[in-house]
Amino acid sequence: MTRPILLQVEGITKAYPGVVANSDVSFAIREGEVHCLLGENGAGKSTMVKMIYGLVKPDSGQMQWKGAAYAPAAPRVARAAGVAMVFQHFSLFEALSVAENVALGMENPPPMKALAARIKSVSEDYGLPLDPARMVGDLSAGERQRVEIIRCLLQDPKLLIMDEPTSVLTPQEVEILFKTLRQLAAEGTAILYISHKLEEIRSLCDAATILRRGKVVGTADPKASTARELAEMMVGATLTPPERPAPKDWGGDHAALEVKGLSAPSPIPFGTSLKDVSFTVKRGEILGIAGVAGNGQDELLLALSGEIKSGAGQISATGVAVGGMGPAARRGIGFVMAPEDRLGHAAAPDMSLVENAFLTGGVRKGLVRNGFVDWDAARGFADEIIKTYGVRTPGSHVAARALSGGNLQKFVIGRELMQEPDVIVINQPTWGVDAAAAAAIRQAILDRAAAGAAVVVISQDLDELLEIADSFAVLNEGRLTGPRPVKGLTVDQIGLMMGGAHGMEVSHHAEA
Amino acid sequence: MGGIDPAVLIASLMAASVPILLAALGELVVEKAGVLNLGVEGMMIMGAIVGFMVTIHGESPVLGFVCGALGGAAISLVFAFLTQVLLANQVATGLALTLFGLGLSALLGQGYNGLKPVQTEAVPLGPLADIPFFGQVLFSHDWVVYFSIFMTALIWYVLKATRLGLIIRAVGESHEASHALGYKVNRIRLGAIMFGGAMAGMGGAYVSLVRVPQWVDGITSGAGWIALAIVVFASWKPWRALIGAYLFGGITVLQLNLQAAGSWIPVEYLSMSPYLITIVVLVIMSSGKGKASLNAPAALGQNFHASR
Repeated sequence: MTRPILLQVEGITKAYPGVVANSDVSFAIREGEVHCLLGENGAGKSTMVKMIYGLVKPDSGQMQWKGAAYAPAAPRVARAAGVAMVFQHFSLFEALSVAENVALGMENPPPMKALAARIKSVSEDYGLPLDPARMVGDLSAGERQRVEIIRCLLQDPKLLIMDEPTSVLTPQEVEILFKTLRQLAAEGTAILYISHKLEEIRSLCDAATILRRGKVVGTADPKASTARELAEMMVGATLTPPERPAPKDWGGDHAALEVKGLSAPSPIPFGTSLKDVSFTVKRGEILGIAGVAGNGQDELLLALSGEIKSGAGQISATGVAVGGMGPAARRGIGFVMAPEDRLGHAAAPDMSLVENAFLTGGVRKGLVRNGFVDWDAARGFADEIIKTYGVRTPGSHVAARALSGGNLQKFVIGRELMQEPDVIVINQPTWGVDAAAAAAIRQAILDRAAAGAAVVVISQDLDELLEIADSFAVLNEGRLTGPRPVKGLTVDQIGLMMGGAHGMEVSHHAEA
Repeated sequence: MGGIDPAVLIASLMAASVPILLAALGELVVEKAGVLNLGVEGMMIMGAIVGFMVTIHGESPVLGFVCGALGGAAISLVFAFLTQVLLANQVATGLALTLFGLGLSALLGQGYNGLKPVQTEAVPLGPLADIPFFGQVLFSHDWVVYFSIFMTALIWYVLKATRLGLIIRAVGESHEASHALGYKVNRIRLGAIMFGGAMAGMGGAYVSLVRVPQWVDGITSGAGWIALAIVVFASWKPWRALIGAYLFGGITVLQLNLQAAGSWIPVEYLSMSPYLITIVVLVIMSSGKGKASLNAPAALGQNFHASR
């Protein structure tokens, strides 16, 4: 590999109040190279690339672009140099069309008609066909990502930055994306690929720089390293997979949670309605529900939690028809839930942990006395959660917002599990949580199931579901596939259950 | 009912609608950029008093309108500073702006009661004005009426077809995404707020210089609130704002005509009808969860602070 160096990063440091996001980070990207930045959530990968893209200014250190000093003051400058970026959380506008979205990301867009034609031709050249007139809000996650990629490609970039691009794709869609990226690299475009998914990196990348807590802890040739070696460099410790307690027979085939023909319109703009969803979960069983984001996961949680009411007979928990009950009534009979968004849905960010503990635990833990909140008991409950689940916090008096993502997630999940529920529904239990906290949360879920609870875990992390679930189903456009036992499932079968490539054409890649 | 001539009615409703149309168009742009400024009434009345004062002293209504617009834009800066820089709550700030504008205009207007400003004449269109019916409906107005229709077309075109309009809509749709692409969200919103202030100020000046024309405290009498309702009624589309404004203007004129014609309906009910209908329209529009609410800018009313 003697290709010339495109971008050289030297000693970059960036600190935010309270955190050092990057400390003395150096690496180099060569032309036509697929270079990976590997690290856990919060390792400083996103901050690093934002500096390359001109969104954030480094405190110290320097960058060189083709040998010349490079310090972009704004994304405009970076784009002019030839840097393009596909964001982790899409930077798209749902109520605008594909062509308008692309135009917004360009410096000097051609007139709309000409732009639409170019979008069509470029998207087909790279095997990512797109209709420029469609509203982005109506597109699937995979198609939305295409919009972002096409927006970058139209500017003829020298360096394409991709921030966690595969977290929203089915395995088949990932394959299509990788073909496109390999084609780009072969044409001489350098790609800076950010991820914590090791198998992807091993199949795609030529070089890897590994970040931990903002520092470079090593470089590796991903094709020559094992996933285990990479993981240990990334986490800095050996990871133990969660223990699965021996299955126990809880007697009878009496289902703890039964959902029959559940249909519900979505209350979310551009959301997905639930269509005829049916499943049953027995005591001690964990049902994993996978699916690409935006296929009805949020709606399913809302229907199960009681935020969307349904026909009385459509949902029954522990033998009680709960379809018409609200969340508090459902909690009363031992049916609890932990939503995905911990700042805003699962917890009130500006309220203390005690108050947050009371908000869902009040009913089951008897924290109300004569119509008044029993604050002593509530504090005791919060302290107990903090102790049992190892939440790192100065105390139960601090606001939920002050906790790190992983710690708040442990608190939120722990709060539900501590209520000794018979049925529990969890959406995205380890989203944005570091590996150690994620392992602790998964273990806690397994333990609760072993104690006899029926558990539904909705997640986009396939590895997580395969690790903890007994049976596996997929939400696709608001419909649920029939649950299948996890034992013996292959990734290919899962991909097909997830709707394959969502009917997207593979274009010329099919023959390639 | 016999005493109402349709040509006169249409011509006068077009004139009566100018203040709410101008204010509604300005607020439409502001809301498209994702800002909810409830201070339209306050900005209108500031425009009304500033325009009135300048016309009294400068003897030029055109200068009066320009200064009315500047007055509205100036007071909108208060709102812009509080919400875009200090990140204050937009609803509360907007309400405060209305109260502030009403009070300040009453103070400035001390001593201007009873004066008569120079009149704004109809644009001389020669023989066109003599065409039966259409002459009176279309070609007998002052320049501000034509200006308001021109602005409707201009705003429609800019929002729909230009890059500036696309950026304004993008900022109102998702400030996070706009920021990620490198657009200066707060600066674009500041511009939109000032434009909205200028339009509201000009609408206010039309009240004190043409509609009434003299100065009394609280002269705009709720027109700003009607303008706000029209923006929702129009589901953020300029031409629908024009229709909405004419509809409300029509009701206002009609009720005056009905009063004059000695209708059997008590005067009080007739004068409250525009406001009643505003409330009814808002209730109907906001209860429908379908299209009307989907067309609302997704980031409406949310403040933006670039954190990381």
